[in-house]
Amino acid sequence: MLQEQELKTFVEGTTNYFEVAAQQPATVGSPYLVTDRNPGMHEYTGIISISGRREGVVYFTAPKAMLTVLLMKMQENDFSHENMRDLVGEVANTISGNARRDFGNEFVISVPSVLTGERSEPPVLPGARSFVIPINWRSHSAKLVVSLK
Amino acid sequence: MGAVNGSGAVHARRSFRLLIVDDSNIMRRRIERSQQFDELEVVGAASNGVEAIELFRRTDPDLVTMDLTMPQMDGIECIEQIVRLKPAVRILVISALADKATAVDAMEKGANGFLNKPFTDRQLNEAIAELIRGA
Repeated sequence: MLQEQELKTFVEGTTNYFEVAAQQPATVGSPYLVTDRNPGMHEYTGIISISGRREGVVYFTAPKAMLTVLLMKMQENDFSHENMRDLVGEVANTISGNARRDFGNEFVISVPSVLTGERSEPPVLPGARSFVIPINWRSHSAKLVVSLK
Repeated sequence: MGAVNGSGAVHARRSFRLLIVDDSNIMRRRIERSQQFDELEVVGAASNGVEAIELFRRTDPDLVTMDLTMPQMDGIECIEQIVRLKPAVRILVISALADKATAVDAMEKGANGFLNKPFTDRQLNEAIAELIRGA
């Protein structure tokens, strides 16, 4: 099961991502446990499967408006559906990859897969508890969900 | 364009051919856009290791930026193959994987530098400048 210190790794990874990549810090709220199996999905969700010593998923779900501003901050001028998918996957990949600083190289991350649509089914790992890390950046809200066994 | 030294002699500035390898289109464009070196010429961009090897054979770059987590062939295997093709090539790994073991593994396989994602333009330019200095 996920320990408090391990969650802290993802909170720090999220904070660092926005500080460096978006050059504007995000406010990261206190993590909470998902109780109804659905943490609430936004329009774009980047998913990383975890294998190796741990098993699970880490995903970043965000609205299109937030991703658009994030792309602008990166000097990107292509706001296509494909670039939104690319970005949401890259955010999930970066935060998960950075977690290996604490989890080590047996925390094996997959290449990102992407879901689109607020009604998409959240990835669920049977037997694992999912924690939501709420992210507020500028006027937008997103979530990082960590579900590890 | 040549550079003129104190005696007035003109020296041709050496140019370096750069291949960018990353499965993210945004990241490939960012690396291409943020590099501010006149002596760099981007000769190709690949989204996975297999494509990178093919492009490497075709374009014969001097420098490579290499992602690690990619579909079809990952960056570590790609580094091994590229170094076999051209031992003098200089490779900068640009990856989110932040554990020391991965960095050591990449360097042992032949990488010359390691930059963690996320990065600022300044960090990227410093890492590429370092790569050029060693070429």
